[in-house]
Amino acid sequence: MAKTNYESVVVLTPVLSEKMMQEAVLSFEKLITENGGELIHKENWGLTKMAYPIQKKTTGFYQIFEFAAEPDAEIVDKLELAYRRDEQVLRYLCIKLDKHAAKYNERRRNGEFNKPKVKETAAPEAAKPAPKPAPVAKAEPTTSNEEV
Amino acid sequence: MAKRKRYTRTPIIRPKKYCRFKKSGIKYIDYKNPDFLMAFINEQGKLLPRRITGTSLKFQRKVAVAVKRCRHIALLPYVADQMK
Repeated sequence: MAKTNYESVVVLTPVLSEKMMQEAVLSFEKLITENGGELIHKENWGLTKMAYPIQKKTTGFYQIFEFAAEPDAEIVDKLELAYRRDEQVLRYLCIKLDKHAAKYNERRRNGEFNKPKVKETAAPEAAKPAPKPAPVAKAEPTTSNEEV
Repeated sequence: MAKRKRYTRTPIIRPKKYCRFKKSGIKYIDYKNPDFLMAFINEQGKLLPRRITGTSLKFQRKVAVAVKRCRHIALLPYVADQMK
């Protein structure tokens, strides 16, 4: 069966030291690869300010994983279970990516969206720019439409 | 002939609204980009109706999902007083 792409965002407590955070991330990574997942991309936003406090914390370490796995392998269940058991995790979100999303993420990884928007510079590098225009050729019109 | 009251209505001419996703060929709305989603919520953090943003139904649903995901991972607030 064809593999499905999944994406998972975890928010870890800011009380962790850099090293502890790395360790936690590594353990999740291991969990993904051990359960037959194929890690496509990972991204760390570092300490990011949250829009509202969670457990009285106003910041958190954001970590994003993108991985491909068999849809019937219970990898997502296992991952979510691990998140729930882990006290360092403030929030998590696991979603299945459809074909447009997968394509968008691929383009995002290649850094195609970094040029538009003036706002970007003010925002933390976390806020990755611009939604996705369809084919590569259309990149230009999209950037101009963003500001409308 | 009966007198008929004449209503003179001056039409307000506004540029026609359009769905920005359709127009620019965006097919996926990233929930990790709160700056972009800002355009679809009011200053209390509530979703704006389609009649204001002009988004087509198909994409309004996607916007709604994206905003909700974004709120869940605390990149957008559930409630706010003055966001903009």
